[in-house]
Amino acid sequence: MRSISYLLIGIFFGITMFKSEAASWFRIYEMFKFDAFHMYGIIGTAVILGVIIVQVIKRFGVKSFYGDPIEFTPKDKSIPRYLIGGFIFGLGWALAGACPGPMFTLTGAGYLPVLIVILGAVVGTWIYGLLRDKLPH
Amino acid sequence: MDWIMQTWPWYVSGAAIAIVMLLLLLVGRNFGMSSNLRTFCTICGAGKNTEFFRFDWKAQRWNLVVVLGAIIGGYIAAHYMTPDPAVNINPDTVTELKTLGFESAGTEYLPEELYGGGVWTDPKALSLLLLGGLFVGFGARYAGGCTSGHAISGLSNLQWPSLVAVIGFFAGGMVMIYFLFPLIFG
Repeated sequence: MRSISYLLIGIFFGITMFKSEAASWFRIYEMFKFDAFHMYGIIGTAVILGVIIVQVIKRFGVKSFYGDPIEFTPKDKSIPRYLIGGFIFGLGWALAGACPGPMFTLTGAGYLPVLIVILGAVVGTWIYGLLRDKLPH
Repeated sequence: MDWIMQTWPWYVSGAAIAIVMLLLLLVGRNFGMSSNLRTFCTICGAGKNTEFFRFDWKAQRWNLVVVLGAIIGGYIAAHYMTPDPAVNINPDTVTELKTLGFESAGTEYLPEELYGGGVWTDPKALSLLLLGGLFVGFGARYAGGCTSGHAISGLSNLQWPSLVAVIGFFAGGMVMIYFLFPLIFG
């Protein structure tokens, strides 16, 4: 039953990524060039509504459908890992035109060369795991 | 219902993403897609010699189901909800992309030059896709999240580390497009 809910949320997410064109390489390029409002509108709307959602959940102690409290894990406070990691992520996001959600959406949409991007992303994650102790965090 | 077959406006798209985050919170989970890449590594046996991948991946099975859904959603959207896949980007951007060699700008969903059927025999395109993926995977894990985990979930929870990560995303993206694209594609 729970698996069905995850699957349905995933399907809705996949449709949203494709129909919003957030999964389009061209939209990502246009965003980094500041040539259109589209992507900023999407992220801005999601964040504004997201802030309201999180505040409501915290203020009113909203519980999950299964009765458990909804908890938010604070991020570790540091700068280097977010700035350097984020920078490297940005290089890849602009080059491949896809971040980890849309990669899967594009696979389903039939753009199979994206499988090479996914392969790269898995290998990149693996390399991070191998080098983790040597990197500044 | 005609609008649903067109490009979704930004306010519909943004609201839909917020709903995805809300639904995941309501089923007791959270919105973060790049964690799945770590799970894949663990399933492939990366835990044998690296501590970072030694965790109970079965606890992350729910997120793999979300991934499966995202794949199915992509199939449905592309095959049944998109009569015309052309992405209507700014005409100036189209002109600019054509000078970089992207002839399919303005008429396709993804550039032929990177995602068309011909790339399987194009070593340059394959290398670029692999490199892009490597950066995304390495960077997301180093930063502890990607667009969903930081830009959406993190900023929604007013986490300043997520804002630092998002600034990093944009700095990297802009360096790639302003400085490296002319060298790679020019």
